[in-house]
Amino acid sequence: MYRVLLFLIAGWSGFFVMAIELLGGRLLAPYFGSSIYVWGAIITVFMLALSLGYLWGGYASLHAPSLRRLASILLAAAVATLPVLLWGEGLLEHLSAWIADPRFGSLAAAALLFFLPTCISGMVSPYAVRLLVADRTSAGQLAGKLYFVSTAGSAAGTLLTSFYLVLYLEVNQILMLLLAVSALVGITAGLAPRAVDA
Amino acid sequence: MTGARARRGWASALALLATCASLSATAQQRLIHSEKSLYRDVFVYEDDSTRCLCFTRLCAIGRQTCIDLSKPDRLVFEYTQMMLGALFLVPAPHSILVIGLGGGTLPRTLARLLPDADIDVVEIDPAVVDVAQKYFGFRPGQRIQLTVQDGRAFVRAALRGSKRYDLIMLDAYEHQYIPEHMLTREFLTEVRSLLTPGGIVAANTFSSSQLYSNESVTYSSVFGAFYNLRSGNRVILAANGPLPSIDQVTRASRGFTAAFEPFGFAATKLLPMFSTRPDWDQGARILTDQYSPSNLLNGRP
Repeated sequence: MYRVLLFLIAGWSGFFVMAIELLGGRLLAPYFGSSIYVWGAIITVFMLALSLGYLWGGYASLHAPSLRRLASILLAAAVATLPVLLWGEGLLEHLSAWIADPRFGSLAAAALLFFLPTCISGMVSPYAVRLLVADRTSAGQLAGKLYFVSTAGSAAGTLLTSFYLVLYLEVNQILMLLLAVSALVGITAGLAPRAVDA
Repeated sequence: MTGARARRGWASALALLATCASLSATAQQRLIHSEKSLYRDVFVYEDDSTRCLCFTRLCAIGRQTCIDLSKPDRLVFEYTQMMLGALFLVPAPHSILVIGLGGGTLPRTLARLLPDADIDVVEIDPAVVDVAQKYFGFRPGQRIQLTVQDGRAFVRAALRGSKRYDLIMLDAYEHQYIPEHMLTREFLTEVRSLLTPGGIVAANTFSSSQLYSNESVTYSSVFGAFYNLRSGNRVILAANGPLPSIDQVTRASRGFTAAFEPFGFAATKLLPMFSTRPDWDQGARILTDQYSPSNLLNGRP
């Protein structure tokens, strides 16, 4: 049960990040276009945020790591996404009027809207590795499994969002759906009995 | 009786041969230029009579622009002729915006037809600009101002300024790919705001199948009734204000009989295409910035 929850959080976090990245492109396009710079800016921000998130997650795992804390990281990432829903359009409107250059405009917009939630999401994998690993011999194998689940989740998030979700739902509806699933997964893991907390 | 049937048989065999010959003629196109741009492959093919700009090898999925090598002014594609039907709704535009350059046929023709008009052109792909200049005689200058930018970003930036256009031509959609942020209610509202009162938008669209209905309801949600010209391609002509009646259109078309002649088509040929009859599902979902799966819808039967 403990491991299932760990893998569930890692897989969902992977799904969440890529779904947000794809929707980010759609959110920015009306203001900065969909030229190659805009996608370049979005991907740069996500990669940078994830890389720093890995670092941060690794440090965080040094201090009394627990499944409950991992669940709260997932919830924090969801909360950090709320500004996109609440103030995204207004912010994009102002930024696009202020920074005319589509490269730096979209870079600033992507950083302001997506850096924090993506960085927090990046914390999940290294933190989960710490919770999974009991001894050195199995460390690589478990880390491999975790990256497998997390990246497969990313693949699923990319495919489902771009092929299906955008065909039926509005961008903000998809965002709300993602936040709802994050809340569900996070709260379930957070409420899991402490007994499973090895 | 038998003889007649035999002759018919021969006739169809000959027709078949002729078809094969014309197919092999298109297969004999020579590649004269190709490059990879930031967005796509750009090819220029030539056969004995025409030179074409394509975004796919051997022009497998459509041709963007073609010119007749012996009569470079002739409009090879019917859709460019249909786009010029916009002039029946706004006969003397002073300022024109063309979004999507291709080989530059539209701005080149508009500059010839309307010596007093200022023409702004927006193209996202620098490689297309290059090829239009080198191979298709596109010459930006004082009257034709070219900007390399995303079309929607250009429109939004232009709205913050004071410049308005009497005619806006949207030629940014193609067979394989529709820029989804340029087919939404919000974008069309921005385009409408960028028009002078009575200004006209002309859109060359590639919508087929399910997207046809979504596109139609999206245009009518912003412009109300519009003229829908169909023949292989679809051209939408809509007005910022009341749509000119078909009588006004017919009258205005007479002024272009001589003007269109050098471009190889008759103004009267376009008139029967002008239709305001909704031939789409009016319950289709309107496309918005929040809901714009145009490319997915375009592939659905």
